[in-house]
Amino acid sequence: MHWVEFLKPLSEGAWVTIQLTVYSTILGAVMAFASGIGKLSPNWFIKGASVVYIEIFRGTSLLVQLFWLYFALPIAGDALGIDLRLPPVVAGVLALGLNIGAYGAEVVRGAIQAVSRNQYEAARALNFTPRQALWRIALPQAIPEMMPSFSNLAVQNLKDTALASLISLSDLAFKAEQLRNFYQNSETIYTIILFMYFGMALVLTAMMRILESSVGRWRRARR
Amino acid sequence: MTQPIIAFDKVVKRYGSHVVLDELDFTVAQGEKVTIIGPSGSGKSTVLRILMTLETISGGVIRVGGEPLWHEEKNGELAPAGEAHLRKMRTQLGMVFQQFNLFPHMTVLRNLTEAPRCVLGLSKAEAKARAEELLQLVGLTEHANKFPGQLSGGQQQRVGIARALAMRPRIMLFDEPTSALDPELVGEVLNVIRRLAAEHDLTMLLVTHEMRFAREISDRVCFFDRGKIREQGTPEEIFGNPQLDRTKQFLSAVTEGE
Amino acid sequence: MLFGYHWDTAHGEWAFALSILPMLLRGLLVTLEASVVGFFVAMVLGLILAVLKGARSRLVSWPATFVTEFIRDTPLLVQLFFLYYVLPDYGIVLPAFLTGALALGIQYSAYTSEVYRAGIEAVEPGQHEAAKALDIPPGRTFTHIVLPQAVPRVIPALGNYLVSIMKDVPVLSVVTVLEMLNVAKIIGDQTFDYLVPLSMVGGLYLILTLVASAFVRFVDVSLPKRGLPLR
Repeated sequence: MHWVEFLKPLSEGAWVTIQLTVYSTILGAVMAFASGIGKLSPNWFIKGASVVYIEIFRGTSLLVQLFWLYFALPIAGDALGIDLRLPPVVAGVLALGLNIGAYGAEVVRGAIQAVSRNQYEAARALNFTPRQALWRIALPQAIPEMMPSFSNLAVQNLKDTALASLISLSDLAFKAEQLRNFYQNSETIYTIILFMYFGMALVLTAMMRILESSVGRWRRARR
Repeated sequence: MTQPIIAFDKVVKRYGSHVVLDELDFTVAQGEKVTIIGPSGSGKSTVLRILMTLETISGGVIRVGGEPLWHEEKNGELAPAGEAHLRKMRTQLGMVFQQFNLFPHMTVLRNLTEAPRCVLGLSKAEAKARAEELLQLVGLTEHANKFPGQLSGGQQQRVGIARALAMRPRIMLFDEPTSALDPELVGEVLNVIRRLAAEHDLTMLLVTHEMRFAREISDRVCFFDRGKIREQGTPEEIFGNPQLDRTKQFLSAVTEGE
Repeated sequence: MLFGYHWDTAHGEWAFALSILPMLLRGLLVTLEASVVGFFVAMVLGLILAVLKGARSRLVSWPATFVTEFIRDTPLLVQLFFLYYVLPDYGIVLPAFLTGALALGIQYSAYTSEVYRAGIEAVEPGQHEAAKALDIPPGRTFTHIVLPQAVPRVIPALGNYLVSIMKDVPVLSVVTVLEMLNVAKIIGDQTFDYLVPLSMVGGLYLILTLVASAFVRFVDVSLPKRGLPLR
């Protein structure tokens, strides 16, 4: 079978991979900001919840988290009397998003704390509330700082989507396995998908770089 | 006699075991222009920072406009002030920082309109009108849409002054406004402060090393040392005829460079 | 039954948990072994890549950079499958454990090479100038002057990758390596209770990463900051 004929089924898998990446990255971003900011909160309940979430999802393996959500959660649900059987897509997006969100949280927290105290003093002098100071003054200055790390995390997330194939999600890695089982042509198929992942990673990196430059416009303004 | 607009009553400020303000008694009348001079570490900036509620006090009472600043009157007694009370008191004060502290991600115009819109509730048009008036006052009208990173230090500080004025405070605090500037940029900032002093009946509290300027615009000069006012009087009295040895020593060391 | 131990599904959750603990700990041992071997490969391979990337000849540095980027931007799972199924076609037959550790090492060598590069470039130019003035040949300058100063600087960053490698070991389960997650899955497949084994693995991982991080910090603190002493 000529390798070009592999491309069509693999592209279907690639499309699933892209969707997985997009959804889980969005979830990850939300969780990163929520828990990163939450970790800085004076409210000990919010802070505690954020710390627990971050420590658990950064301290355990992604595959363990994925398997737990897909295999173990339903059993916990049965014990509680609720149906917690997650379809592979939901389990996949959830595991990936929660995992990457925990790593992103540290990036968010670090960047916010890197904003100079002087800015907070100026905000206080002008009578901004602490919440206004965070959202209008600190965050806009922190976000450009976060972008390089976010770019790395996004590519990491893309790579991690391959693990979803292990719970039967029809992504690129899954499709590759199907083809390989049928045609026994390991070398060709794996080489193709390695390059496909590489290509997707390059596109993702380029997109993140564009995003990076648009949020950092004011930093490049010089006399 | 009318009440002083600022009154420090035996105010103490401690950082751990280090005493920065030592039972300080200090008053400022409404509309008065007071300059505070003194060696570093004497507590000069701390006075301004405490007034601007950036630092708490360890003892004593401060009154601004007759009302306690860091305390609230509850059932006839003084209790530590809550955030709501502090916010109310803060509206009377504005501060200009040594490092300007402009918001780098906002244009000059937005630096001036952000607080009036978010804090005072002004409409976009009202805030813009006020901002343009102030830009004219400080001579920066054509820089309205630039970012702070595109301005010189002197220009940034002038924006800083305009930003503080946009909140229409009764009292303006200047914490070494020209100390971080290159010498040739100091003049443009001092000009703005000079105009403010002459044309408005703002109460102004200025901490500075610019002695000639202090002499020119002040109603009163206070010499601070080790947490207390050691000597105060009119500029002529302090600069022309200082009484204490410490004051003489400080003035001769500082004016040697002039 | 696994590793010679039996699980106990007849006396409730806690008895079950206790009975599978020895099996999971055996899996933990495999996890540790795979991590250490993989880390070692990553350290060695990463250094080689870093040196190649810094070569003055573009014929050497560009391919090295491309290879590093390629490894870094492609999933570990696919790299693992590639090694596992393709290497035998070329006559290289390795036990699954070694294939897995090798895949881990290769994937992380892309990261460690970046760390090494940063450490090497952080050594002040003054050191290079002094070496030149003293007529020390470039090869010796690198091994005796630059590297002993660069390595302690990068230990914390490298150590963090050890912890990351530990978290990636479960991927090896797809090529039948009996690490912790695989053991838990087998128990679950046979007893239909995934909740207890998987939760225990999660807990064991938390403990593992905590201990490993503390160890890395300890090594960082005990290492001389200004360079490894050469006698």
